[in-house]
Amino acid sequence: MTAIAPSPSPASTAASHRTARGRWYLAAAGLAVVVTAYSLTVASVPLPFGDVVDALTGRADDALSRLIWDYQIPRIILCWAVGAGLGASGAVLQSVIRNPLASPDVLGVTRGAGVTALFVVLILPATPLSLLPVAALAGGVTVTVVVYTLAYRGGTTPIRLALVGVAASACCEAVIRFLLMRYPQNVNGSLIWLAGSFFGRTWQTVAITVPWVVVCLPVVVFLGRRLDVMGLGDPMAVGLGERAEGTRRLAIAVAVVLASGAVAAAGTLSFVSLIAPHIARRLIGGRMAALTPMAAAVGVLLTLGADTLGRGISPPLEIPAGLITAVIGAPYFLYLLMRTGR
Amino acid sequence: MRLSAEGVELRYDRKVVARNLSLEIPDNQVSVLIGPNGSGKSTALKSLARLLRPAGGRVLLDGASIQSLPTKEIARRLAILPQVLTTPEAITVEDLVWFGRHPHRRTVGAPSPQDREMVEWALRSTDTAALRDQYVDQLSGGQRQRVWIAVCLAQQTGLLLLDEPTTFLDVTYQLELLDLLARLNGEEGKTIAMVLHDFNMAAEYADHIFVLAAGELVCQGTPREVLTKETMRTVFSLDVEIGVNPRSGRPLVIPLRRRPVSLPA
Ligand SMILES: Nc1ncnc2c1ncn2[C@@H]1O[C@H](COP(=O)(O)OP(=O)(O)OP(=O)(O)O)[C@@H](O)[C@H]1O
Ligand SMILES: [Mg+2]
Repeated sequence: MTAIAPSPSPASTAASHRTARGRWYLAAAGLAVVVTAYSLTVASVPLPFGDVVDALTGRADDALSRLIWDYQIPRIILCWAVGAGLGASGAVLQSVIRNPLASPDVLGVTRGAGVTALFVVLILPATPLSLLPVAALAGGVTVTVVVYTLAYRGGTTPIRLALVGVAASACCEAVIRFLLMRYPQNVNGSLIWLAGSFFGRTWQTVAITVPWVVVCLPVVVFLGRRLDVMGLGDPMAVGLGERAEGTRRLAIAVAVVLASGAVAAAGTLSFVSLIAPHIARRLIGGRMAALTPMAAAVGVLLTLGADTLGRGISPPLEIPAGLITAVIGAPYFLYLLMRTGR
Repeated sequence: MRLSAEGVELRYDRKVVARNLSLEIPDNQVSVLIGPNGSGKSTALKSLARLLRPAGGRVLLDGASIQSLPTKEIARRLAILPQVLTTPEAITVEDLVWFGRHPHRRTVGAPSPQDREMVEWALRSTDTAALRDQYVDQLSGGQRQRVWIAVCLAQQTGLLLLDEPTTFLDVTYQLELLDLLARLNGEEGKTIAMVLHDFNMAAEYADHIFVLAAGELVCQGTPREVLTKETMRTVFSLDVEIGVNPRSGRPLVIPLRRRPVSLPA
């Protein structure tokens, strides 16, 4: 078997893919800067951009500085962390579960986090609010561990993980409903949390959330090529030197920590982790090493965009960001369903 | 002996495929496993490639139990082409062949010139270089098979295990593939073990043949020793005539049609 036909130089095609990707990264980064800058000006009263710059450079009066530094900035940082975490986590789980409709919800992360968070809010109302994220994280991780264990039979398969995950999510959902009905006193705050909101988040939440993301995000990005190899199926992946089950476990663990951390900080932002990887895949293709960072970037844009919109539509009223992502996400999800269902 | 199975018991959950199977893959030779459907050829090959952990006995690679070696380390010495493959979506031929370099690369960092060289060589050797920018899921079955073989070749291993590498290939490509494997064996001393169904291809290319039936090694040896009327009747329930290939002098297996069965009226 010798080559006969002349073929395009390999370097040139690979390089052109790389430049195309580079352009999309640049575009995403540029857009993120613009949205961030705009977001700084959206508060219960619109802030002129000049005032924001003054506050950032320390030339504004106290009240304005406080508003920017204590409310706007931590909130935006949190949007970044949560959006990036959700986007990357969705990309990784879709790859590991080999289902483009997978997301942290499929493994029960979101609902699991919801159960423990609600439990704390409704049954132990004396608990300091700073412990809420910790409780949510514990819930998300616990449910995932349970799902993984139930799906494990000397190894797991993507389909078994997905099925057990969906069942676990349904159980958690039932518990959430029960808690809401049984303890109606505190329901309002819980509903806002469940809907996904950045309302009133401070540096404290930032301090709990950002480290998770900063540590986990590079890990999932570096897992990129290994996850691509896993996409060839377990036998081939082992043949190419991956410990299939070990790699799967590692990827799920990191993705779940990312997602739980995000849910803990902002409640359930529906569809971000599902849709961000899809948009990213459209832009730069399915290779994980390139996809995961892009999915994180799209996640940031979606989250920050939704939160900014929610604050800006009818101030001083705030619409929870999760409601906005749901309104945008649900039709997109249906569209995806119809396209993949064919 | 670089690769061997010593008295392995092979099973899936409760289904026992082999109880006490021993295979020694001869170094620097081309060996072929034959046997009826379901006789355990793929299962045996999987255990030799650490894809299936034996319930008893052990598989030795270079003197060490294969289960105790790091899997990435094994992937630099041994490549396996499984019988059933998942074709990934939206990936080009060239990108797929690059995965063959995975065990040689670090988690991060640019590929080395040797990586590039091996990928190009694998593409050329399997005549898939012209397909490099096409999507793998849009190729014909035979083209796809050649791409998978290119992945294994890019792995640059001394041992190559292939489970029915010639399925889907037209006769021309079957011969080209087997010629390529014979050349890799002859020129670079690669050890090759593969499952084939075609007796005559096995006769032509094998130095050594293993015959498996119901998870047992029934016989082994050179094509002339193994491909006999007797084996064909007992193992495959086939009536055959054994001829001689006029060029190579190797045996030629000619299956005979059975007595006509009466069809239901
Ligand atoms: N994943 C599996 N789970 C359970 N049983 C299996 C599995 N794979 C194979 N078997 C069984 O093990 C036995 C041997 O199968 P194997 O695939 O090794 O046969 P083979 O010789 O490769 O057959 P073929 O020529 O059809 O490829 C068969 O009876 C088969 O039903
Ligand atoms: Mg088989």
